Amino acid sequence: MSTTAETALERTPLHRLHAELGASMVPFAGYEMPVRYPAGILKEHLHVRTAAGLFDVSHMGQIEVRAKADGNQGAARALESVVPADILGLAAGRQRYALLLNDDGGIRDDLMITNLGDRHVIVANAACKSADEAYLRAALSQACAIERLDDRALLALQGPSAESALAALLPDVRAMRFLDVRAGRLLGMDCVVSRSGYTGEDGFEISVPSDGAEALARKLLSNPAVAMIGLGARDSLRLEAGLCLYGADIDAATTPCEADLQWSIQASRRDGGSRPGGFPGADIILDQLAKGAPRKRVGLRPQGRAPVRHGARLFADAQSASAMGVVTSGGFGPSVNAPIAMAYVAAAAAAAGTPVCAELRGGRVPMTLSKLPFVNIRYKR
Amino acid sequence: MLKFTSDHEWILIENDSATVGITQYAQEQLGDLVFVQLPKPGTTLQTGGAAAVVESVKAASEVYSPIDGEVVAVNEGLAGNPALVNSDPMNKGWLFKLKITDRTQFDKLMDEQAYRSLIDGSSHS
Repeated sequence: MSTTAETALERTPLHRLHAELGASMVPFAGYEMPVRYPAGILKEHLHVRTAAGLFDVSHMGQIEVRAKADGNQGAARALESVVPADILGLAAGRQRYALLLNDDGGIRDDLMITNLGDRHVIVANAACKSADEAYLRAALSQACAIERLDDRALLALQGPSAESALAALLPDVRAMRFLDVRAGRLLGMDCVVSRSGYTGEDGFEISVPSDGAEALARKLLSNPAVAMIGLGARDSLRLEAGLCLYGADIDAATTPCEADLQWSIQASRRDGGSRPGGFPGADIILDQLAKGAPRKRVGLRPQGRAPVRHGARLFADAQSASAMGVVTSGGFGPSVNAPIAMAYVAAAAAAAGTPVCAELRGGRVPMTLSKLPFVNIRYKR
Repeated sequence: MLKFTSDHEWILIENDSATVGITQYAQEQLGDLVFVQLPKPGTTLQTGGAAAVVESVKAASEVYSPIDGEVVAVNEGLAGNPALVNSDPMNKGWLFKLKITDRTQFDKLMDEQAYRSLIDGSSHS
C-alpha cells in the first residue's frame, strides 16, 4: 500500500452496481472500472457473442460541438479541419469513425462523431478525453462552442440479443441500421442511442443522464439474456474483431494508413475529392494514400496455445538477429479458441500467410500473419 | 503433508517427491486459464525460482518453486485442458512433481492454517 499521496480514482455512475454484482475493480484511465465479474472473462466474452452483454463505458468522454453561427454545417466544416473524415457529408442521425490527427499525420485519438441535427457529439477515449477537449477548444472555439457532457453516462449493449433487449424499452431501435443514431426516451429519460460498438457484434451505445444510468442498467439486466460485462472481455472482443485500441495499436506516432484505417478517410477528403486535405498532417497522409505506408498493421496467429502479447518482438525466422516487427495487442480469443494478436511489420512483409517468429520468454514461437478480423463481423448494415 | 507459499503455491510431500500446484485462491484471482507452460523434466529448480507460467485471457503469471528440487514429472493433461487448474487446482490441476534435495526446506513453509490467515487478511470486503 503506497504511503505517498495518490490522486483518488474517479467512479462512474454505475459504481454501486458494479460492487453489488461482485466486480473486480481495477484502475483504468483514472477511473475505478470493472475488469470482470464473478462469471469471468471467458464466459463474459462468449455471452456477448451468443446473447447480449452490457458494458459501462461512462469513463469515455462525450463532447458536444455546436456551431456559433452558420448552422450545423459550420460545426461540420470546423470538425473537418481536425479530422480527415467527411463530416459535411455525415447526415443528421448518422455516426462515423474518425481520427483526430497531429501535424505529423499521427493519431491523437480515435473517435466516434455523431450528427444530431443541431449539434455534433464526439465520443473519445477515456485516457485522451481531457487532451482532446483542450485541443478541440484551441482549434475550434472561434467557430464552435465545445462542452464536455459530464452529466451523462454511456452504456454499450452488444450481441445478437441486443436489439430485442433494447426494443423492449424503445421499439424504434428495430428500424435502426449500423451507425444510425436516434434520440429517444428510455425509462422516461432523454437518451441518444447509436447502433454501433466495439465488439464486432450488432449492438447499441446509449448516452443516458448520469443519475438515470443505474436504473437503465438494472432494467436491461432484468432481461435474462443480458449480462454485465467487464473491460477484460471488452478487450478480447475488440481484439477478435480486429479493432484498434488507442495507446496499444495506434498512437501519436501511427498514421491512418499504417494502421490500416485509411477507410475512415472518405473520398471527398482525398486527392481528387471535393475537399482534399485541410487536416493536420495532410501532406504525409495524402502521400501515403497514394503510395502506401512503410509499415502495416496485420493479424497474427501463434502456432500452439501460448498467447503472445503487447511488446513481443517479431523475427523473420528462428535465427534472425534483427526484429522485423512488434506485437501491439495480443491475448487469447475465446470465440476463436486460440491465441491471437495484432502487430506492425514492414508493408513489403505483410502478406497474410507469411510465417514469422515471436520472442516469448527467451525463446521464439512460430506465428503466421493473418487477415483481420478473426471473427465474422455482424453489424446490421 | 500439505504446505503453502505466500505466492499461493501449494506443495504436497510424499517420501522423496513433492507435488506442486497453485491454490484455490490463486486460480480465483487469475480467472480462466488458457495456457500453462510447465518446466521440462530434468530441470533443476531453486527455491523461489521461476518454475511455470499460467496464462489467463488477460495476463501471464509466474509460478515459483517452493523448494529446491529436480523436476521428475509434469501434468501433461494441462496442455489440452488448462481449465483443469481452475476446476481442480488442489488435485487434478497439479503442475509438476519434484525430487526433493533438502527435506528441511519443507519444514520452513507455511501450514494450511497460516496460509488461511494470509488470504483472509488480504481479502477486503
